[in-house]
Amino acid sequence: MGTLLRQQTVGAWRYSLAMTPTFELNGRRMALTATDPKQSLLRWLQQHGLTGTKEGCADGDCGACTVAWQVSDQDGVTRYQAVNSCLLPVGALPGRCVLTVESLARNGVLHPAQQALIDAGGSQCGYCTPGFVMSLFVGCMNGELGDATTEGNLCRCTGYAPIRRATQQLAAATLDQSAWAIVPTAPVAAAPVAAVATPAVGDFYSPLSVAAALALKAQHADAAWIAGATDVGVQLSHGQTTAPVLIALDRIAELQRLEVTADSVWIGAGVSLSRIEKALADVVPTLAQMLPWFAARQVKNRATLGGNLGSASPIGDLLPVLLALDAEVHCRGQDGERVIPIDGYFLDYRKTALRADELILGVRLPRPPGLRSAAYKVAKRPTDDISIVAAVFALRLDSQQTVQTVRLAYGGVAATPSRARITEAYLLGKPLNAETVLHAQELLEGEFTPLGDHRASADYRRQLCGNLWRQFVAEQCS
Amino acid sequence: MSARAGGHESAFGHVTGTAIYTDEQTPPRDLLSLYPVTAPHAHARILGIDATRALALPGVVRVLTAADIPGQNNTGPILPDEPLIPAERVLYYGQAVAWVLAEDEATAITAASLVAVRYQALPARLGIEAAIADQAWHFPPAQVQRGDATTALAAAAFQLAGEVASGGQDHFYLETQTSWASFDAAGNILVTASTQHPSETQMMVAQVLGIAAHRVICRCLRMGGGFGGKETQANPFAALAALSVQLSGRPTRIKLRRALDMQLTGKRHPFLSRYQVGFDGDGRLLALKAELYADGGWSADLSPPVLMRAMVHIDNAYFIPHVAVTGYIAKTHLPSNTAFRGFGGPQGMLVAEEIIDRVARFLGLPADLVRERNFYCADQTPDRNTTHYGQPVVDNHLADLWQQLKTSSDFERRRAQINADNASISERKRGIAITPVKFGISFNKTDYNQAGALVLIYTDGSIQLNHGGTEMGQGLHSKMLAVAARVLGVSVDRIRVMVTSTDKVPNTSATAASSGADLNGQAVKAACEILLARLRPIAAAALHGAESEVRFQHDQVFLANAPANTFGFGDLVRAAYSARVSLAATGYYRTPGLSWDAARGYGHPFYYFAYGAAVSEVEVCGYTGRHRLRRVDLLHDVGESLLEGIDRGQIEGGFVQGMGWLTCEELRFGDNGRLLTDAPSTYKIPTLGEVPEDFRVNLYQRRSAVSTEVIFGSKGVGEPPLMLALSVREAIREAVAAFGSSAQVALASPATPEAIYRAITAVRGH
Repeated sequence: MGTLLRQQTVGAWRYSLAMTPTFELNGRRMALTATDPKQSLLRWLQQHGLTGTKEGCADGDCGACTVAWQVSDQDGVTRYQAVNSCLLPVGALPGRCVLTVESLARNGVLHPAQQALIDAGGSQCGYCTPGFVMSLFVGCMNGELGDATTEGNLCRCTGYAPIRRATQQLAAATLDQSAWAIVPTAPVAAAPVAAVATPAVGDFYSPLSVAAALALKAQHADAAWIAGATDVGVQLSHGQTTAPVLIALDRIAELQRLEVTADSVWIGAGVSLSRIEKALADVVPTLAQMLPWFAARQVKNRATLGGNLGSASPIGDLLPVLLALDAEVHCRGQDGERVIPIDGYFLDYRKTALRADELILGVRLPRPPGLRSAAYKVAKRPTDDISIVAAVFALRLDSQQTVQTVRLAYGGVAATPSRARITEAYLLGKPLNAETVLHAQELLEGEFTPLGDHRASADYRRQLCGNLWRQFVAEQCS
Repeated sequence: MSARAGGHESAFGHVTGTAIYTDEQTPPRDLLSLYPVTAPHAHARILGIDATRALALPGVVRVLTAADIPGQNNTGPILPDEPLIPAERVLYYGQAVAWVLAEDEATAITAASLVAVRYQALPARLGIEAAIADQAWHFPPAQVQRGDATTALAAAAFQLAGEVASGGQDHFYLETQTSWASFDAAGNILVTASTQHPSETQMMVAQVLGIAAHRVICRCLRMGGGFGGKETQANPFAALAALSVQLSGRPTRIKLRRALDMQLTGKRHPFLSRYQVGFDGDGRLLALKAELYADGGWSADLSPPVLMRAMVHIDNAYFIPHVAVTGYIAKTHLPSNTAFRGFGGPQGMLVAEEIIDRVARFLGLPADLVRERNFYCADQTPDRNTTHYGQPVVDNHLADLWQQLKTSSDFERRRAQINADNASISERKRGIAITPVKFGISFNKTDYNQAGALVLIYTDGSIQLNHGGTEMGQGLHSKMLAVAARVLGVSVDRIRVMVTSTDKVPNTSATAASSGADLNGQAVKAACEILLARLRPIAAAALHGAESEVRFQHDQVFLANAPANTFGFGDLVRAAYSARVSLAATGYYRTPGLSWDAARGYGHPFYYFAYGAAVSEVEVCGYTGRHRLRRVDLLHDVGESLLEGIDRGQIEGGFVQGMGWLTCEELRFGDNGRLLTDAPSTYKIPTLGEVPEDFRVNLYQRRSAVSTEVIFGSKGVGEPPLMLALSVREAIREAVAAFGSSAQVALASPATPEAIYRAITAVRGH
């Protein structure tokens, strides 16, 4: 990690009718002519008669539409990734190499992932099965097999027990990965690609540099940035109106930088959550605590830190982490680069201090010594659910147990991710003892006026604000 | 596992994506799509529908309204109270008042938004409490009683009264409601539907179109999950597709998007139950009076039998001498609730376990002891083995099964350890509970307990197997293959299970009530035995032996006294053909000995009972109310399993589905009656992460022979394991109790983190 990717000098991949955009599907080059770039890959597959990939929700929440694609990582190695085809706009495909369930068996021999599911009795109705197969296929090819491999796949029949057995069987076996690899006919995502355009629905651009992205934005004031499209993708999947022009940021190498130094961590805006989870597990444990709860594998493979910041949802789970850790948001616009302290970044519901022309480059997280920090999340379902309340606390005490620094950051309790400033002010400079902890809890229960909704009542949210603090103190400060 | 090894017969198709579901068929030319115009009111008068703008959109073929229905505008399975398309009144939020028929789905969706409908909003009744206030019911109250509950209650040493509610549950089959329809070459309507009940779908299509049933063929290829959600609720969508075919002459498909599926279709009935229980100082139940209120939604659908099954499972495994249960079906402006795995049984049994816990805690006794003391027991005087609806608890092995599980799960030692640990940790408490399941197998409605099969042998010795059941993932086809292969003495490779179709096997029952294998298995067996009876004389002549000595095994025919001298099954078939012997046979079965007096709530509605028990251990966080399932041990009685792998799958899957109902799956409606939790982002079914690593499932090894005559000594397994999940709820309750010293632990259902947190707060307050 921390290596800098070679700078691409090519400009944007301008989708035009002049060139035929193509991608590779199951080892065959497919043209994307006359295709709406905002249409999901899932719909495209359905229209092309590839019905093995199933639609369970078209929301990115069930995994039935999981496909594998190959991506060149920052280290130059090409890896497989499981992604939800319902959230993947066709505009993001040119030059990519995609595999669906139809492609796995070779000469009548099933891929080990398929065979393991059969052996374990891992399918009943079978509708979710192709998605599980693809998740397990990627797990096999990457040597990453565990419960998390299929955390983004819902099954309503089996109770998952046989799927877990199949995963364990695969993990125990040795797989000749090369025997099952599909070698792309052209280097993955490196070819100059052309284009898909249906002028009526606007253009979909994939710039290769920040400069090119900003230039596009200057030309198209009504364009929207999209990173992993795990948020916008839901709207696109349902055919809802989005910005007429989309500028995809997923091929900009500059945004993929991840760097750890003694006193700070740099996370490029385009770094996927999966990569953060792996690379920073030991470096920023608070981040690593939150990520397993954040979303499922397929979503984390596409979702980015920049996307989370750009969406600025009050329930974006990484945002309280950034608030608690005093992150700096680096962005660049027509007037150059600037740094926005995270503290002043969130203005209102999904409104930020970013100007319309600005692009998030990345986030710098300081690594101050002696900080105790932990992340908490309460949701109806522990795995892959939206927060009722997310809380991230950071605290530095001196030898007398006096509070030197305190950050109490919450998601799900206000229109923006928010710090509990009243309580922070109360605690600062005070000794951390039973009395101050309890008083802080009372303050926290009154500091926000959260809403009640289908996830939880307002009252429960308020009490969680105080209780999670108490849990943090009990677990981290005693 | 291949089908040969006892796995799912479609497993290869599942893992390769080649198994074809309704919407994955090769589209015919000119296939049209349907999309609904949905009402933004839970209750409203329809004042007018103007489709002018929609019809002007290129690609729009037609907009279907109530006026377009040539036959009956009704698809209600019990009452004629379900208009396919309402003409005058909207009765729940999202109800489709018109359907756009267009060249493709995207066009239909756009056009639907252009249909202008004028409504007059009316006051809506949005739940059981409101229905009680209005006394709004679909039917008069139902009754089941034995003895004199009022007197026995008054005479009991102790009485408790209480109320418990259980939430609904969306089926969340991965494949949403789907139907395709077209004309066949002879002008018949051919419907391919994701339906658990092709015969009823056929009848509804005929009824809506105003044509005879012989002009409608309904097929079910397979379903991407059913769970009861496609028992009746597939019918309207099939009827709409068929209506479109009749009106447009073109093939039509309909597949609901997920949010529409969740908004438009019914779910497991939420229940509100009020009880008064009388008991003695040992915790023995003496009398129970209960009122059960089920939220039926806007139409009756299958609510009466669902309610009745709840009423006859309110005892779970416990003998109660005096019982009076009254049941009501609330008429509300919500989706029409329907069958869901367990069919009211879970809602009734939840009340039983609630009562047991109340009694145990009141008396300061361990709940498992109170459970044991109240078990139905055979061979006792006075009789403690007859249910409150008059049926003896046949083949009762529960006490033995219970003890086996207690031993194998190390229950006593673990509980002692948990109690010790709980004393020393303040904000993390663990709980362990064991609960039983006794579940009646058969349709409550006696008529449905019949089945047919059609077995065709071709002259090359290959066999087609048709039966009336549908495949929704439960492995019915696999079991039917196993039955046919076993009876005919041939390998499963020789047999193909055909798509379920009403022109092969007519007048079938829904594949439901855990009875699919029991009923269809006997019908398949009967058909195969008829064929064997015809083949036997041919074989006897060819082998020069007595008919009684002829054996069919391993694709060979031989005489018992000369097993080395064999004759291939294929050769025998050809010989039979040459001898002009029919190689096709239908089989038929009806479950013997059933009777049910619905008015009295009395009789012998079940052929037998399935039994099981479960031990669950949880840990609960006092700060947040979150819980984690640490270990589960299940022991379930499947009799002589037809296919062990399939049965285990039903047990594991049923348990996890039940766990979802009782913990994370919560349906929430807005003040306007709109379902707010209409997607997997807001409605949370369990994932792998909620299933404990330590998940032990065993099949009960019986000590005595099966005393029922179910197919090859097996037992139905589709629904009963769902209720093993009640152990999770009771384990959570145990953990909650450890936070205080209350004589009552009220826990809402589903036990979400918030519900658990509230329960902890209440327990701490005492």
